[in-house]
Amino acid sequence: MRQQPSVGDAGRREEDTGQPPYSYPDYRSTELRAPEKPLIILPKTLSDTTGPAYGRDPIDKLDNDLTRQYGGEPLGERIIVTGRVLDGDGRPVRNSLIEIWQANAAGRYTHHNDQHPAPLDPNFDGAGRCLTDDEGRYRFTTVKPGAYPWKNHDNAWRPAHIHLSLFGPSFRSRLITQMYFPGDPLFGQDPIFQSVRNPAARQRMISTFDLETTEPEWALGYRFDVVLEGRIATPMENH
Amino acid sequence: MAPETTPSQTIGPFFHDALLAEDRSRLVSPDHPSAIRIEGTVYDGAGEPVPDAMVEIWQANPAGRYDHPADDREDLPLDEDFSGFGRSGTDAGGKFSFVTLEPGPAPGPDGQAQAPHVMVSIFARGLLKRLVTRIYFPDEEEANAADPLLRSIEDPGFRKTLIARDEGEYLRFDVHLQGEDQTAFFEFPG
Repeated sequence: MRQQPSVGDAGRREEDTGQPPYSYPDYRSTELRAPEKPLIILPKTLSDTTGPAYGRDPIDKLDNDLTRQYGGEPLGERIIVTGRVLDGDGRPVRNSLIEIWQANAAGRYTHHNDQHPAPLDPNFDGAGRCLTDDEGRYRFTTVKPGAYPWKNHDNAWRPAHIHLSLFGPSFRSRLITQMYFPGDPLFGQDPIFQSVRNPAARQRMISTFDLETTEPEWALGYRFDVVLEGRIATPMENH
Repeated sequence: MAPETTPSQTIGPFFHDALLAEDRSRLVSPDHPSAIRIEGTVYDGAGEPVPDAMVEIWQANPAGRYDHPADDREDLPLDEDFSGFGRSGTDAGGKFSFVTLEPGPAPGPDGQAQAPHVMVSIFARGLLKRLVTRIYFPDEEEANAADPLLRSIEDPGFRKTLIARDEGEYLRFDVHLQGEDQTAFFEFPG
């Protein structure tokens, strides 16, 4: 069954763009928060082909190792998550900030609103950040997050995921997404994952297990590349 | 072939420690002689404040220059203390606020000038993609009347949702996600 096109994406179906719609009734929180009036197309100007570089603040080296932010080691399966950030032309996005946050191995966030009765880990707060290198690569060491229940529908559970926030080359490329793990049995009943109607696009949110990234006797490796909207402008192109 | 973009997903309810640990809502000191405060509340379709949103702004400096390599208009000054980026969470009452400087006019399509404005991204639980809007300034009536984007919005009520209200001490920019008073939101052409 084809979905009705909803507002947005310049009249294209979300299914075609690979982006989720604003209104997606299965995800109940969209009901009162999705805009209803048609979106206005914003012509390209310097206001959005520029954007926060947000790479000029020094980043603490340990910020990309979520297993060493406290005195002891967090519990759980230690993992390395690495990949490249690319622009819409496939060019590496360099020196760009990535911020991540996630639940601990038990599926609990260190957040006062998280009421899930799973243990907090005194050695893990689940927040990290780093800058991409000259090839657009990033790398985090963390533990695999647990699944957790939420109240969207009866017996609803979120598949394990890591939230990523990226700036990229311009205002247009700003993205917040979630990275999932391969083969998660919870995909089928998760409306946030399923809100992306295009099956190929859903696959782009799933990391791949990578033996090359895996460190012997230490940590499993997962690869997750991110492709942002927009393209890296060169000064010549603005005239 | 260009690679396919990664889909957006909601920011969810648990982003505060990772994204708001540092206060980035003050782009300049409140003591700056030209500092302005922009404040507003995010409302949902039931008219209730949204207490778990994140609002980001991006703007030119008072000379109209963006602190970004794509803006290579060397004749306009850059200010190394003013990046033009800000981020604020919403509080229990749905309120966000920024202390910043009023931007100068920015170049628009086909050589037209755009009225001074601030680009805005809104993230929240229940938003599978960010919302994009703009803040225009109430004391720029002439520039606003000539602004190509504002002019393209036929419904005057809808257009007005993009213009902050002068409250004397500060500028008020409320965001209505839904309903009759819904704020105008934008999308980018593909």
